[in-house]
Amino acid sequence: MSAHSRLRITVGVLAAVAAVAAPWLVDAYGAALLARTLVLGLVAVSVTLLTGVAGLPTLGQTGPFAAAAYACALLGLHVSPAGSIGVVQLLAGATVGALFALLTSPLVVPARGVVLLMITLAIGELVTIAAGRWRPVTGGTDGLTVFAETRPVWGLPPLADDRARYLYALAVVAVVVGGLFLALRGPAGLLLRARRDDEQRLRASGHGAAGLVLAAFVAAGAIAGVAGSLLVTTQQYVSPAEFGFDVATLLLLGAVIGGTGSLGGAIVGTAVVLGARDWLSGILPGRAPLLLGLVFVGAAYAFARRGAEPGLPSLPLARPRGPRFARSRLWRRREPRTAS
Amino acid sequence: MLRLDAYVIPALDGVVYGLLLFVVAAGLVLCFGVADILNLAHGTLYAVGAYTAAALWNGGWPALLVGLAVAPVAAGAAGAAVAGLLAPVARRDHLAQALLTFGVALAGGSLLVAAFGPDDLPVRVPAALAGTVEVAGHRYSAYRLVFLVAGTALAVLLHAVVARTRAGMLVRAAADDAEMVAALGFSPARVRLGVLASAGALAGLGGALGAPIIGPGPGAAPTVLLLSLVVVVLGGTAGSAGSAGSVGSVGRTLVAALAVGEIQSLGVALAPGAAPFLLFGAMAVVLAGRSLAKSAGPIRTWRPARAWLRT
Repeated sequence: MSAHSRLRITVGVLAAVAAVAAPWLVDAYGAALLARTLVLGLVAVSVTLLTGVAGLPTLGQTGPFAAAAYACALLGLHVSPAGSIGVVQLLAGATVGALFALLTSPLVVPARGVVLLMITLAIGELVTIAAGRWRPVTGGTDGLTVFAETRPVWGLPPLADDRARYLYALAVVAVVVGGLFLALRGPAGLLLRARRDDEQRLRASGHGAAGLVLAAFVAAGAIAGVAGSLLVTTQQYVSPAEFGFDVATLLLLGAVIGGTGSLGGAIVGTAVVLGARDWLSGILPGRAPLLLGLVFVGAAYAFARRGAEPGLPSLPLARPRGPRFARSRLWRRREPRTAS
Repeated sequence: MLRLDAYVIPALDGVVYGLLLFVVAAGLVLCFGVADILNLAHGTLYAVGAYTAAALWNGGWPALLVGLAVAPVAAGAAGAAVAGLLAPVARRDHLAQALLTFGVALAGGSLLVAAFGPDDLPVRVPAALAGTVEVAGHRYSAYRLVFLVAGTALAVLLHAVVARTRAGMLVRAAADDAEMVAALGFSPARVRLGVLASAGALAGLGGALGAPIIGPGPGAAPTVLLLSLVVVVLGGTAGSAGSAGSVGSVGRTLVAALAVGEIQSLGVALAPGAAPFLLFGAMAVVLAGRSLAKSAGPIRTWRPARAWLRT
């Protein structure tokens, strides 16, 4: 075992211990905040799956996240007002998120690069606006409050306080991220990374890109859907403000800070970004957006430059260039001209 | 007849809204098609124009003209500043560009609120424009009628600039093949600066003209950004593998903008609350139809910008 992998295991074990112990180090409100961070971190994992691993930059993962959160809230309000079962909620969330991705797939699957960013942004924003306008079902901007208690599975006691809800979210996130990690170590991960690095070559070697991209979007939608169901369980409330444009960009920033295609990094990055935002609005009420904007600009520089340096992890879209053209700003990769 | 009559005003409003979106979205198409940048600060540039105009206008005609002249300059300068900030970021690095322009939008929005306050700024136009006039038995805002004329004139002017002038030729060429333009001796950095500044000027002009319609306030920037994004998506970004893909023509952007305007106005009058779903539906139909049309035909490299260049 190399020193590097030993270090990685040590850091992983320490992080796991800290994550489990965290709710006892803070008060109930802090535990609720941590749970919320975890939930958004899971959405950022789905962003990383698309942006970092598959090379499909997205600003629209708030769409399946919101659709699943509302579906689970409605489920809790109208179907099982006495108390819902966590596993059922999670499955419902994953299904709705995957269905959302499937329904919007004709919009996103043919698009790449900056067009994809634009289309996903429009989709995410339209979902938020629809949630705000569709008052009879979503409660409009007032949101929906779901008081029903959740039992993780049949027979277990309900999640009574914020600490229990945090631990429940932690367990679910660990299972989902672990499963995704294992899946990405197999052929699926190889194919996705291959598509990111050179789609034309992937096609030339006989793999269909469209089906792969569709699968990536559906999987990411299901993960965001699980996060949506966790959001309802942990904070027992949903409103359109949870899914705005600013949240979508915060998630993208979290995923970028986390590093190329690193699933755990996405959660840590999101935690850092959310922490910075809350800290800034705490010390400088009113000026926080200005400073947060500067953080975004700084992060863009910090992570854009990295791509050019050899040996450092590159930004998902800063593709490795050939040595001949490495310094020429005029050169850019010739994209395939054919449609998919 | 009476039923139809009730929808004349929303339909006219839709045209006005569409023309306004066209002016703003034309700037976004320029950024996107020529410089290959998704400028998330575009809505903020609109807000810069709207705030500048509202701050200068005092109800007199000279102030109106000064406002209309200064707003595009201010927003164009802001656009040039964005280009300056983007200079160190590689052309292909879309993610860093998106993060950077979003940061500019956040910080810029915060500065505008700090300068002008958190409430919507009142917009004072000359008395002759502030009232209403009688059109075919309906009372309609005089300003919007004038805007209708001004917006149409702007659309014609834009088309003429893109189709007939040397700058327009450069724009079309850069949208079609940026490497070739660079090889012909046009510095990509200067093309990018010019494009972002012109796009900012268009957004600023839209902001000044549109201040009485989508007023200067904290909500203006995201609204305008989203609607013009939908216009760009509808109007001609072939979702092909290449991100430097095609820019829609001026005409197609105009049709898309009018469609979005009608959805936002007539659509809301006909089916209240359905506007977001209608926008979704329009996007789905157009994009799905486009990808079908593309995969069906044998001509796979057809790109509107190229066909357009030859005419």
